Amino acid sequence: MAHKRREMLTDPLVDNNPITLQVLGICSALAVTSSMQVALVMTIAVTLVTGFSSMFISMIRNHIPSSIRIIVQMVIIASLVIVVDQVLKAYAFEISKTLSVFVGLIITNCIVMGRAEAFAMKNPPIDSFIDGVGNGLGYGLILMLVGFIRELFGSGSLFGVTILETVNNGGWYVPNGMLLLPPSAFFIIGLIIWAFRAWKPAQVEEREYKIQSVEAH
Amino acid sequence: MEGYLALAVKAIFVENLALSFFLGMCTFIAVSKKISTAIGLGISVMIVQTITVPANNLILNNLLAPGALAWAGFPDVDLTFLGLISYIGVIAALVQILEMVLDKYFPPLYNALGVFLPLITVNCAILGGSLFMVERGFDFGESVTYGLSSGFGWALAITAMAGVREKLKYSDIPDGLQGLGITFITAGLMAMAFMSFSGVKL
Repeated sequence: MAHKRREMLTDPLVDNNPITLQVLGICSALAVTSSMQVALVMTIAVTLVTGFSSMFISMIRNHIPSSIRIIVQMVIIASLVIVVDQVLKAYAFEISKTLSVFVGLIITNCIVMGRAEAFAMKNPPIDSFIDGVGNGLGYGLILMLVGFIRELFGSGSLFGVTILETVNNGGWYVPNGMLLLPPSAFFIIGLIIWAFRAWKPAQVEEREYKIQSVEAH
Repeated sequence: MEGYLALAVKAIFVENLALSFFLGMCTFIAVSKKISTAIGLGISVMIVQTITVPANNLILNNLLAPGALAWAGFPDVDLTFLGLISYIGVIAALVQILEMVLDKYFPPLYNALGVFLPLITVNCAILGGSLFMVERGFDFGESVTYGLSSGFGWALAITAMAGVREKLKYSDIPDGLQGLGITFITAGLMAMAFMSFSGVKL
């Protein structure tokens, strides 16, 4: 049992990653990754919301009529997100300004709903909590990775601490301004997916059309 | 009038919900394989967005904002912390009502758009539109314009994406990039193209 739970926690990190394989929760993954600090706060927020919403939904799963289950799930998730939002506004106001609408958008983050629907409705609370945390961390892993690349090469720092001295401050590093702009996040995630699939060929998608090599006559 | 036009152009091109704020990405990636379905979904998003953003604007200004309950005798009450739960509630309810109205009075439209409507409740673009409306403090007229034009921008983006992907499936892509990977890179290129609108001012 203990072994199975560890798998539940580690499985979503690489083998069944919510972003690269399940295609869930991409919306916020791209928008909040221009600096590591913001990405870290977002990771913590999403992990907590996913874990606790899965646990609460799983606790009452036998009492929810299936016709209104989406609304019930929505209310639980929205309440948790309000708590996170208020805590951030109280203790980390600067960061909550940078995250702007994206804290609120955790509500519609497909990871939270997806895990609630796919896992928490069928499993006991503790397992659901672990599954939620695991998926939150899998999401966070990609978020931190993208944040790392974007902040290090885009502004030469990590967590706001200068690593590569930029030319503007008298150093040698010419920052790649493109990495701070939205489109770069798409490229980085695309490349990360490529790297993941080169490492784990089982994740490669089937081709719709095969290109046949023309035989030389 | 000029103010509204500028707002609309900005919402459609410069601040495109899908390509510069990454909202509605899950559906944007999942439902952009065929142009016809992409258009259907795009139109549904546009309709829902045009209704929900002004509706949430009314709720914010008449019920939740500080002092908005003065007419009921509670001038000091500030309910803005209930914002998130009210907006998502309004969206879920309106989508449900829209689905029933279409089913009853416009069956052909329902048949065309019906399958997309449940998807829209959890589409970040819809909730995102309402949250931007709150953050930027739009009045009622502005929120109607913003709802319509941001929805149109999203529809435009997903339709263009579907067009690219329909052609793309015949191309020879490295194995690891097949499917999701190349879709992301295409979206990145489109986002760069849309960035060139950023200097446009009306």
